[in-house]
Amino acid sequence: MSAQAPQLLAIADDELFLGWRESEWTGIAPMLEEDVAFSSIAQNEIGHARALYQLVVGEDGDADALAFDRPLEEYRCAPLVELRLMEWAHTIARRWLYETADEIRLAALKGSDDPAIAGLAAKIDREERYHRMHAEMWHHRLKDEPRFTAAVEELWPYALGVLEPELRGDLAQRVGLAEVDAVERGTHTDDLAPMWEEMTMVRRSAPAGAQW
Amino acid sequence: MAAVEIPHDEQAFIDYVQSGGQVETTDWMPDEYRRLLIKFIEMHGNSELMGVLPEREWILRAPTLQRKLALTAKVQDEVGHAQLIYRVAEDLGKPRADMLADLISGKAKFHNVFHYPTYTWGDVGVIAWLVDAAAIISQKALLKCSYAPYARIMKKICWEESFHILHGRDVILAMVTGTPEQFGLVQEALDRWWGPLMQFHGNPIPAADDPMFKWRIKSQGNEEARQQFLDGYVPQILELGLELHDPKLRKRDDGVWEYTEPDWDELKHVVTGHGPKTQERLAFRQRFLEQEQWVRDIVLAA
Amino acid sequence: MNGRRLDGARQIAQAAASPAPEREVWEVFRRERKGQPFEHAGSVVAPDADFAEAWAREQYGRRGESVALWLVPRDQIRDVEDWADEFDLKYRRVDGYSIKARLKEARERAGTAAPGDS
Repeated sequence: MSAQAPQLLAIADDELFLGWRESEWTGIAPMLEEDVAFSSIAQNEIGHARALYQLVVGEDGDADALAFDRPLEEYRCAPLVELRLMEWAHTIARRWLYETADEIRLAALKGSDDPAIAGLAAKIDREERYHRMHAEMWHHRLKDEPRFTAAVEELWPYALGVLEPELRGDLAQRVGLAEVDAVERGTHTDDLAPMWEEMTMVRRSAPAGAQW
Repeated sequence: MAAVEIPHDEQAFIDYVQSGGQVETTDWMPDEYRRLLIKFIEMHGNSELMGVLPEREWILRAPTLQRKLALTAKVQDEVGHAQLIYRVAEDLGKPRADMLADLISGKAKFHNVFHYPTYTWGDVGVIAWLVDAAAIISQKALLKCSYAPYARIMKKICWEESFHILHGRDVILAMVTGTPEQFGLVQEALDRWWGPLMQFHGNPIPAADDPMFKWRIKSQGNEEARQQFLDGYVPQILELGLELHDPKLRKRDDGVWEYTEPDWDELKHVVTGHGPKTQERLAFRQRFLEQEQWVRDIVLAA
Repeated sequence: MNGRRLDGARQIAQAAASPAPEREVWEVFRRERKGQPFEHAGSVVAPDADFAEAWAREQYGRRGESVALWLVPRDQIRDVEDWADEFDLKYRRVDGYSIKARLKEARERAGTAAPGDS
């Protein structure tokens, strides 16, 4: 379990920041119907992050502390999920690329020797199935739209960085793009710091341990 | 047995709805009834949609994962309500695009409370608890609306609003039992919102003068709603040690609440597009509507 | 009666002429629990069945309030709202029968009427 903790934290941070980013669309998505659907996806991703943090800290541990209270450099999320993309073509491009990558990653995790990890991965995957349906539905609608294809190309090096190198070939095959140099995990974009400032501003306004 | 006939002349139609008769989308209805329904329902939809914006800012700042999820779900519900409500108005004949255009241009109105700024997490709690409490009083009364499709969706809306009040009250309880600073944030937010909350249900016009009553679109008086709000929530506010700074506020022996006359000029000024955040929020909504128009063009194109 | 119906229908047709094409409206029916009938829940505007499903799933089921949904394009619904009942068709209903008086007579003839019967 502890040997897997860094990997679990990386996935949890991915889900947290992607969910956080996507929750920003709540209330302003292109259609009201999509707004409701998209917000559920954001909530699911944050729910997955919480379950993964809980697995890392143990049943009595504080998942919130892991989510909010680490110094910035300790977050292990991929640069893809940090980007602030308040434009629909980029938002859907990231959604589709991320879900495709996440499916590959979850398949590997479901085969974990640790039953707790394999079980949680299977549970997450059951919810991600609907996210994939949603992403495919949008991909199908937008795939011939120039601003969408441009967004996919722009985000492609970031998407590769979500996965370990040995899984990237599979991703390239699934999305039909050639492997390029990835924007690797471990580096952070300029978008992360302002986001972390905002997401922790209320929490930091009271002494550590305060209840909210 | 033949279906109930909707009377085909205006006075008989009024008698029909006044005696509890309900109207469906495909029934005959007087033009004036349709016009007033659209106006009323559209404003309700606009309020849900604009009500999203003050809280949405705090989705990114929620201090725990649980609060983050609950607040996102609340704002999501409001968007869902806007969708349900606009669908009803669309079926009455006004396209959604026209409603959004009239909202942006300032031609159509939305509720006073959504024209004000939010400053702290205390505002988030007060909005979810008390603004939603005030709203649910009006919405519960709409369960009796003569227009059946609107009355029906109100069931789902009221059900979801009840979670919001719970969420809001829980946020408030966490803060009033927290640090003195946290308690202070709640008191300050309450002070900011009390005026707009007292204006929320509108000035006490006699039912006879309100065309919405004539057609039984509304069946609850403004003052009746406000009394219900005060009766339900003043005790809940005071029991937490919070203060309401209205020297005239008291419950008489006959059960009626007295209070300082709300500022009706402010209410009128605010809902006619002059609230502290009106223009900024409309501009924000317009920005995203325009920016994402291409998506609607592609996806909703036949 | 028909005139009124048509009048109402014409109003709606006129009203519906300007908004989005009817095929974009999907009526949604939901089943709350196994064993319960489907009930009309509302509608969504969606371009195809996949979008309609994705959107209705969230709008009408995100809190676990439905175990199943039916999605029906509005223009595929045949609307039936009027019945002619111009002549006496009471024999099809409970109020079309007055058993009591005849039963009493029959019992009296057969001598089976209970003492308290009246």
